[in-house]
Amino acid sequence: MEKLKNLTKQSEFKRKIVIVLALVVLLLAFGIINPAYLSYNNIMTILLATSTNGLLAFAVSWPIMTAGIDISVGTVMTFSCVLSGVAFNAAGLPIGLCIILGILVGSFCGFLNGFMSAKLGLPPMIASLAMQMITKGLSLVISGCKPVYFTGCPWYQKIATGNFLGINGFYNAIIILLGMCVVSYIIFSKTIFGRYTLAIGSNAEATRLSGINTDNWQIGVYTLCGTYAGIAGLVLSSRLNSAQPALGPGYEMDAIAAAVIGGNSLMGGEGTIVGTLIGALIISSLQNGLRILQISTETQYAIIGVVLILTVAFDQRRKKRKKVAGKSNA
Amino acid sequence: MSKEVVRMEGITKEFPGVKALSDVKFSLDAGEVHALVGENGAGKSTLMKVLTGVYAKDSGKIFLEGREVNFQNVKEAQNAGVIMIHQELNLMNHLSVAENIFIGREFKKDKIFLDKKTQNEEAEKLFEKLHVKINPREKVGNLTVAQQQMVEIAKALSFDIKVLIMDEPTASLTDNEIEDLFEVIKMLREEGKSIIHISHRLEELKLIADRITVMRDSKYIDTVDTKDVTVDELIRMMVGREIFVEKQKPLEKQDLELTLEVEHLNAGPLVQDISFKAYAGEILGFAGLVGAGRTETARAVFGADPHSSGKIIIHGKEQKINSPSDAVKAGIAYLSEDRKRYGVATGLDVETNISMANLRKMSKVGFIKFKECAANADKQLDDLAIKTPSVKQLVKFLSGGNQQKVVLAKWLTKDAEIIIFDEPTRGIDVGAKSEIYKLMNALAEQGKTIIVISSELPEIIRCCHRVLVMCEGRLTGEVTGADIDQDIIMKFATQRSKGE
Repeated sequence: MEKLKNLTKQSEFKRKIVIVLALVVLLLAFGIINPAYLSYNNIMTILLATSTNGLLAFAVSWPIMTAGIDISVGTVMTFSCVLSGVAFNAAGLPIGLCIILGILVGSFCGFLNGFMSAKLGLPPMIASLAMQMITKGLSLVISGCKPVYFTGCPWYQKIATGNFLGINGFYNAIIILLGMCVVSYIIFSKTIFGRYTLAIGSNAEATRLSGINTDNWQIGVYTLCGTYAGIAGLVLSSRLNSAQPALGPGYEMDAIAAAVIGGNSLMGGEGTIVGTLIGALIISSLQNGLRILQISTETQYAIIGVVLILTVAFDQRRKKRKKVAGKSNA
Repeated sequence: MSKEVVRMEGITKEFPGVKALSDVKFSLDAGEVHALVGENGAGKSTLMKVLTGVYAKDSGKIFLEGREVNFQNVKEAQNAGVIMIHQELNLMNHLSVAENIFIGREFKKDKIFLDKKTQNEEAEKLFEKLHVKINPREKVGNLTVAQQQMVEIAKALSFDIKVLIMDEPTASLTDNEIEDLFEVIKMLREEGKSIIHISHRLEELKLIADRITVMRDSKYIDTVDTKDVTVDELIRMMVGREIFVEKQKPLEKQDLELTLEVEHLNAGPLVQDISFKAYAGEILGFAGLVGAGRTETARAVFGADPHSSGKIIIHGKEQKINSPSDAVKAGIAYLSEDRKRYGVATGLDVETNISMANLRKMSKVGFIKFKECAANADKQLDDLAIKTPSVKQLVKFLSGGNQQKVVLAKWLTKDAEIIIFDEPTRGIDVGAKSEIYKLMNALAEQGKTIIVISSELPEIIRCCHRVLVMCEGRLTGEVTGADIDQDIIMKFATQRSKGE
């Protein structure tokens, strides 16, 4: 038994090491090919590029941990910042209020996703597919298919691209990303919310039969996910100084890829926040490095697809081995 | 008659920790309907699974028409003409009747395309033979259970069968449907086919069976001619006189505190007008055969399934229980018969599982007080003697007995007052069993109300101060103290409502 426990721990630890190593090897490999890759400025660029996808990956990690999914995070992100922009430009509301409104709209979309799957019995994939379509459509409708600019607020752009504490090149978006990572980690490992998220993912019916109102917790999980998407919308629109209503579709897949590469199982019941961050970093490091090698965006996608296959295949092998070990010892 | 088709001798089969069959013999003649009876877990299904190659026997011999056979799998048995229809029918609901019958050996045109026309015609022929009207083009999911059973029989007939084994075919049929089924069985018998009929419904055997073989505790007891035996004699053979079971000591206190009252509870066909009372310090048993509605009753009381009418009163106050969360708030706990699915979150550690139901109490503004959780988990580990290397061990690596204790620890942490144990010792080895019994006794002595659902009569007799017996969704009897005995429980458990 003791051995087995160590084995489990070891295997999990090994996985974390392997993915960190993968990131390091990736960085070194590109660094050898082109030393400019590892320059301070480029590293910061990579981190800035990770901010949106990283936030969305944290977002989608929550439903994934419950064995659910949310494929609407990309368009919810867009919708929240488009709405915020419209409220600012057309309705003339104060920018602070618009920002809060944008994030709350994200929360509300998430709430609806949770409500549809927990109370109406829609599979999360379908509920969030519908939400994806709705938010994509509404973004285009309320913006009149045109970008919404935040030029009326001179400091809006600084929210993401300003320098944190005046450190040159250290963008605020990076600190938002890292801050949300810490917040997520605390929620995940220190609170009831994190525990119940895992419990639902591990065995929803047993959790319900423990007297826990799993429907409500599930709605909470999706609401949190939507809130993160709203924050991602703030960061993205600040970087672009505008809300682009046509952006969004496709972002959710990058986010899911990051969460999965990071070690979150779509079967739920286990999760890792730091892994998700590293997963997102691997994707943007790859993209950045391939761009420096002047490999086209199209080819980059294909390569990331292959990386996704390799990581998950590796993970499956690890799990199978663990299972065999569990059987022979139990 | 008298030509022997199947002979099984000295069949022994062991599963880890359990002897499922011990030196069992069985003989089947051509053109006979042979009933196989026994309590839950007596080994009937296991014996038939050995015969049809689902399980490999550890020792013994099987003869089919005088030749020794040793089927490695169902397919081999099928080819030799031995087919079993399981209690849970193995049909694909979304496929048509004919597609189900000929699955895996479809009729083809030009070796590529499905020949649905021929297939449907062939299926029709089979049904004509059985004198039943079923449209071969209909989706199986749209048929009644009885019709689905006919599809299974037709499928069996489409092979060249010698022996047809039916595991509790009448369990979910109405009386009229049973008559139709028996007509078909009799017709098959006239054609010289042999039928093994596993059943709990003793009175119906008179109508259909030529001979009856009784099994008990994994052993062969006797084979009798149906006309020479009464139902009471059969029950006696099934239950056995010689098994000595230590009985629960009678309750000493007389003025017990009433904790749980259930009044006229209805929830589907298996929970019909159930009323009972349970007291603090008492262990109340629910006995009955599989499918009697005991688990369904418990789940309805616990709010796991909705109930259509009835009252649940706790400490004299009516409680609205619409979800497990309501029930837990009212002080009820439920330990499911299926631990892995409904009891523990196997992928999480022992500590999380133990604190799961009470995390709100053991936290502050949502932040878990880990020290408190760990201290409680350690205490439970000691109190219940849960064997695990640490509280951080994943529950899936614990043994069945220890998993059960983890679930119990969860409810003790929540300080539940009324604890329902559903098949508390299923899949648990003998040593751990008596530990669980001791725990139940200790909890009752502390003043908890304990309800035990069990299909194992010795368990009921050993544990309970009072026993309620269910049959087909109704309460059919109550036995208390010294009156608790296997015969009487069995009698209530088979007391079916006639003419309904």
